[in-house]
Amino acid sequence: MTMPYYVAPEQVMKDRAEYAQKGIARGRSLVATVYDGGILMVAENPSRSLHKVSEIYDRIAFAGVGKYNEFDQLRVAGVRHADTKGFAFSREDVDARSLANLYAQFLGQVFTHEMKPLEVEVLVAELGTEARLDQLYHIAYEGTITDEDRFAVLGGETETITTRVAAAFVDGWDLDTALRGAVSSLAGPDRTLGADDLEVAVLARTTGRRAFRRLGVVELSERLAGPRRSGRGSRAAATPAPPDDDTK
Amino acid sequence: MGLPLFPSGDDPGPSFAALLRRTDPTATLLPGLDASVAMPPVRHGTTVVALRYADGVIMAGDRRATEGHIIAHRAMEKVFPADRHSAVAIAGAAGPAVQMVRLFQTQLEHYEKVEGVALSLEGKANQLGQMVREHLPMAMQGLVVVPLFAGYDLARNMGRIYSYDVTGGHYEEADHAATGSGGRDARTTIKLGWHPGLGRDEGIELAVRALYEAADEDSATGGPDLIRGIFPMVATVTVDGYDTVSDTEVAERFGVLLERRRAGGGQS
Repeated sequence: MTMPYYVAPEQVMKDRAEYAQKGIARGRSLVATVYDGGILMVAENPSRSLHKVSEIYDRIAFAGVGKYNEFDQLRVAGVRHADTKGFAFSREDVDARSLANLYAQFLGQVFTHEMKPLEVEVLVAELGTEARLDQLYHIAYEGTITDEDRFAVLGGETETITTRVAAAFVDGWDLDTALRGAVSSLAGPDRTLGADDLEVAVLARTTGRRAFRRLGVVELSERLAGPRRSGRGSRAAATPAPPDDDTK
Repeated sequence: MGLPLFPSGDDPGPSFAALLRRTDPTATLLPGLDASVAMPPVRHGTTVVALRYADGVIMAGDRRATEGHIIAHRAMEKVFPADRHSAVAIAGAAGPAVQMVRLFQTQLEHYEKVEGVALSLEGKANQLGQMVREHLPMAMQGLVVVPLFAGYDLARNMGRIYSYDVTGGHYEEADHAATGSGGRDARTTIKLGWHPGLGRDEGIELAVRALYEAADEDSATGGPDLIRGIFPMVATVTVDGYDTVSDTEVAERFGVLLERRRAGGGQS
């Protein structure tokens, strides 16, 4: 009979954390920030159909980085939780805080009790009302939850990106400025990211019930080009961005 | 309530009804009742109509709910947005009907969010049919729910209308449909006034007129209430989505109708 090796709990946790961090760092990063009209989420994602940013409920959005199948499972669970709660009680009773806590509990549970931790980081963003403020809940792979009210950075090399976003961040900036700030923070000084490399969505403070809206490639490239360059390319000025049909 | 996660072989998929059955079996539609127990009077909603017009579809419903011979509610809403590009109207037992609409609305949005794309209009009509069919045991005991479903088909660029029976059977209607206790009178009125390429004002007027005629013949259908300012509820679904027609506009269309009546000496 072989004796099981003794491994110190500190070592087990360290190994798991390292494993999860490595997995997350392999993927690309994501920046979310509040702007004057809502919350903006920008992910580096060349795929048009495998989304990193999605709608959970009327005023709640989800963003995930790391392993797609793992965070997508969490996204679907979030939609299910929100819809069940809204159906059983009322739409106003669905809030991001309780969902963020559930994610944190689940990720913490998996991190301590399962063989393999989830290689994901998720963000639950909620657009505020008169009663609640805009809120960004950032939940790490081991279940640590932090709430931000300005911006959040998810993924690998967060430290450098966080420094760049912090430098660019202006309280109450508009959508275009925030978008360009987020994109250049993601890209860094040596790269430029175009509309095709990005997935962008907003929770916009409009009169409609569902605040979530994706920014299509056309609208995105116009917004990224900025006011000066869009004046030169007359096509951009002449044709306003068509409303994105499935996200209007 | 924990995070609703399921093993991959036992996943409810994009269906909200299946999810509810897993998580909270009591939250779905009412179960079948004991047939030997006499049903006390319950609220009933009555006449609803739908018709195609140039830009899409118009849906309208009267505002009366009855409990036996009593008027239970004067301003009930029977026309609801199902999602951005479709509408559902209900006739029959009000309690289960409104619950069915809530489940249907949640189901359509749930599917759209989980799958990332909305259901086709045909798919939505089928979903509603399944819900009506599940309700059949209750319908057999007198709690009949018969919806009307209409929407703008973005794939075909046209408005489409579906009518239902208690078994969940659904039938696409060419141009118009009406259901509920005054449905027959409403249908006749629309049939006589409808023509292809109907404009918006004309269409709203025809829908209001159909409900007026139904209220004229059927005691359970409420006519426009000028004293309280309660008018039929009218909604349109076009390529731009669901939109409720304001009370002011409905009152205006009804005013036109009344003028014509008076001028004709009570005959239209």
